[in-house]
Amino acid sequence: MTDPVPFEDALAALEAKVEELSRGDVPLERALAVFEEGLALYRQCHGMLAQAEQRVTKLVAATDGLREEPLALE
Amino acid sequence: VALSFEEPMGTLTLHADERVQGPRALTVSELARLLRDTVRSNPLLTRVLVRGETSNVQRVSGGIVFFTLKDEAAQIPCVLFRNAAESLAFDLEDGMAVLATGDVDLYARKGEVQLVVYTLAPEGVGLFWATFQATRKKLDAEGLFAAARKRPLPTYPEHIGLVTSERGAVLHDFVTVLRRRFPLAAVVVSPALVQGPEAPATLRQALAALAGRVDVVILARGGGSLEDLWCFNDEGLARSIAAYPVPVISAVGHETDVTIADFVADVRAPTPSAAAELVSPDAADLRDHLRSLVQACLAGIRDMLHERERSLAGAGGRLSPSGLRSEVADSGEQLRKLGHGLRDAAVRTLAARSERLDSLADRLDAVSPLGTLRRGYAIVERDDGRVVTLARNVRTADPLIVRLQDGRLHVHVDSKQEVP
Repeated sequence: MTDPVPFEDALAALEAKVEELSRGDVPLERALAVFEEGLALYRQCHGMLAQAEQRVTKLVAATDGLREEPLALE
Repeated sequence: VALSFEEPMGTLTLHADERVQGPRALTVSELARLLRDTVRSNPLLTRVLVRGETSNVQRVSGGIVFFTLKDEAAQIPCVLFRNAAESLAFDLEDGMAVLATGDVDLYARKGEVQLVVYTLAPEGVGLFWATFQATRKKLDAEGLFAAARKRPLPTYPEHIGLVTSERGAVLHDFVTVLRRRFPLAAVVVSPALVQGPEAPATLRQALAALAGRVDVVILARGGGSLEDLWCFNDEGLARSIAAYPVPVISAVGHETDVTIADFVADVRAPTPSAAAELVSPDAADLRDHLRSLVQACLAGIRDMLHERERSLAGAGGRLSPSGLRSEVADSGEQLRKLGHGLRDAAVRTLAARSERLDSLADRLDAVSPLGTLRRGYAIVERDDGRVVTLARNVRTADPLIVRLQDGRLHVHVDSKQEVP
């Protein structure tokens, strides 16, 4: 499983797209590409928020050091 | 009271007149000296250990401290001479429970029995308080509580460490709040004892175990007595917090409880639930923020398109039917033909761009239903509201309505030309 892009990075990227678009000196072709990337990032962030399920783990000592075990809360 | 005095002249003989006068009177000083010697020579009154509560603490010149030790039924004046006062390990104040060692003596000037205190130690709450103050002073002097040392919390933490007891409501409360606000963050619980003599060591171990795994740590415990919360006043724990690689939030007890951990932590939260709120953005706010960002994106691209289309629309406007009509009136059939030719050229120019514009329209239509009109397109309708999409359905002189973004134009068809 690849690491998903952290929310903060995706959000920062989206903010950068907005910044670039609002400068107004971007060539049209480039602006369209930026716009599309921005939309994709928006969908990604929104999806992350909508689908996230809090992961709760517990640190336990194991023979080879510390391990994280899922922790079930009622 | 049996008192005997030796007369320098020999055996005391009482004469009649002396009997009237009574025995020789003691001076007050003599009586005081007698009392003092009696007190001093009584082994039960030397090196006594007394438990009591302090009151009426008074510092006088020469470094001497007077105070009173009392319990429910009695009180004894006490004095700390300079050396003893200076070697106290805590600030003596009223209302402290203390254990004092000292000798009982008589303060002749006042005729008061007093305890000359050599050592004084707080006990119970007083001991806690004194130790707390001593640790606080020491660490404060080292600058561990300085505002400049406080680190900002991460805005969007990915991994949140929680050092607390596995049992109890804290864990549950914390995760409940976080689940509502920011389910994106993973919570890593590092269990520790949160009361008792072994608690400071396990708290430090639990902190150390989280280092490198999390973006922020919350040190949490539910409410409890002063003794229960005592481990969070541990000096070693305070140093671990100060040296911790990421920000630490202390959330110990209730809002009114203050611990050394609170002073040294980067942020103090009044309760564990409040800590969960401090450490997480609100997902509802985030969604608003995202919406505003995507709207800013749309506005940016829309402005850009408007600008480009205005130049096209400018050219098209000069070549519009009404514009042509006046030109034709002025210049006749030849000019009209020329006008048509120009319009066809404009249409070709527009067609060359249409693919790009269409794809833009597709993107924007979803979010901006008015976009089509705003971008310079018009909707042509008959006066009964039916939309006209084909030139072959229109006859010359038909009345039509042209809908633009800010209103309608009522027009008549001058002529028409169908493109097969």
